[in-house]
Amino acid sequence: MTAIYKRELRAYFSTGLGYVFCAVFLGLTGFAFSMFTLQPAIGGSDMSLPVYYSIVIIALVVLLPILTMKSFAEERKSKTEQLLLTAPVSLTSMVCGKFFAALTVFAGCLAATCSYYTVIALYCEKPNFGVLYGYIIGIFCLGSAFIAIGIFVSALTQNQLSAAVGTMGVLIVMIGVGFLNSYIDSIFVRTVLSWISLYDRFERFCYGQFDFVALLYYISVCFAFIFLTVRVYEKRRWA
Amino acid sequence: MIKVENLVKHYGDKYAVNNISFTVGEKQIVGLLGPNGAGKSTTMNILTGFLSASSGKVEIDGHDILDDTMAAKRSIGYLPEIPPVYPDMTVKEYLNFVYELKGCTLNRRKHIEEIVNVTKIADVYNRVIGNLSRGYKQRVGIAQALIGNPKVIILDEPTIGLDPKQIVEVRNLIRTLGHNHTVILSTHILSEVQAVCDRVVIINKGRIMADKPIDEISDAVVTRCRLEAAICGPVKEVLYAIRTLNGVTRCDSLKTDGDTTTYIIESEAGLDIRKPLFNLLSSRGWPLVGLNTMGMSLEDIFIALTVDPTKGKSAKAKFVK
Repeated sequence: MTAIYKRELRAYFSTGLGYVFCAVFLGLTGFAFSMFTLQPAIGGSDMSLPVYYSIVIIALVVLLPILTMKSFAEERKSKTEQLLLTAPVSLTSMVCGKFFAALTVFAGCLAATCSYYTVIALYCEKPNFGVLYGYIIGIFCLGSAFIAIGIFVSALTQNQLSAAVGTMGVLIVMIGVGFLNSYIDSIFVRTVLSWISLYDRFERFCYGQFDFVALLYYISVCFAFIFLTVRVYEKRRWA
Repeated sequence: MIKVENLVKHYGDKYAVNNISFTVGEKQIVGLLGPNGAGKSTTMNILTGFLSASSGKVEIDGHDILDDTMAAKRSIGYLPEIPPVYPDMTVKEYLNFVYELKGCTLNRRKHIEEIVNVTKIADVYNRVIGNLSRGYKQRVGIAQALIGNPKVIILDEPTIGLDPKQIVEVRNLIRTLGHNHTVILSTHILSEVQAVCDRVVIINKGRIMADKPIDEISDAVVTRCRLEAAICGPVKEVLYAIRTLNGVTRCDSLKTDGDTTTYIIESEAGLDIRKPLFNLLSSRGWPLVGLNTMGMSLEDIFIALTVDPTKGKSAKAKFVK
């Protein structure tokens, strides 16, 4: 697994995709942060974290699929997957290696965004750190789930573009269903929808509340999609 | 070392591999020979665990590829049809990656250096694979298969895309590998099998047509003896005379050069017509200026084995009509 993880991580930066992802992600979040959080804070009014974080989520919906699109689609197209699949490595560790490589790039960027808060802490009033930690953990969980989904979709196709667009579609649907909930009367349907909705549980982190159930939910989403990716490969082998 | 039993792989009702069985002993070089789409690559993909067979059994060094996958995979080095190289890596990075991927325990530096020297890629060692020529990529692919010193080496069309000099080099390399490894290679080039392999397995339409040591393969199909004779004399009369000779099944003129005409003469199996032929020609006063026995080349064998004889005839009949 470490071999695949290391190769994948290096590939992100040798192909330039990793740099592009980091640059665009940090540029976008930096801009949003100064617009919606820093300026109000300097002006003395409440800093608006919810707006900032909804922009971060939108950025992730667009950018994370681009980070994960090549993970399996490219291997399949260039036939390099034959090397991985005939090496003495289990399918699970192959998928995990790729998952953690993408997760590392994403986590690195997210860690870099934490530096924004030091600006606030230095020049403005003390922010509510509980809420901040909540947001960061929430975004990390949400991003991990996005990556797991992206890797799964990437394993379904050999075209990177369809992998990226497909992942965006899936993410938008999975976030969108949460907003449908208020229009539906049936409790059963609402329960099902809230299970699919990736956004529902994120909100709990926003109140600065460390919700163990929500954390478990995101971990199981990751597990589920890693498992599904393994199944895709298993099935292709038997096709 | 390798045991394949009743291997079947079908996609829907289309059979890619249909009931193939063979065994390969230790330190043998076996060639899988067949036209494109015969099932060579599918067989190799099943041997390496990339695909699973619909039914049948594969054992590599005593390990079943399905039940004991990791151990079986550990004893295989595989070069697929398209070398599985990452264009964004240098040769050095790539070989180190494969070393880690296979979980090698040999001395890394020494082992990789050895392989680089054997496959002659030392001069591109620090270059990015994406910028290398087809031939070098192919050799990096072979180098990758050798990492970990696996007992079994499986090469899918190893000389494809190489120039004639490189082909000779790779063939020599494969022969040297055969001293310490079991090698299976696939090809549709017959001379390659003749040059490299100890044994040949001919596959067509997913079935084994022949499985013989290389020098015995001719016997599998030889039913006729064939001569090439250069004779001075009137073509029509010579043809008629030879055709009426006892045991001759076919006689055709090939080309005429001055007063000498070259003929192809085929006779029944096991019958030597050279003496009667000479006596006939000398009695008529037609000088025999050249006589060659033509052994059946692997090309002929291949065509004889892989072309369905009934189909061949019907095609001919249609053509005549």
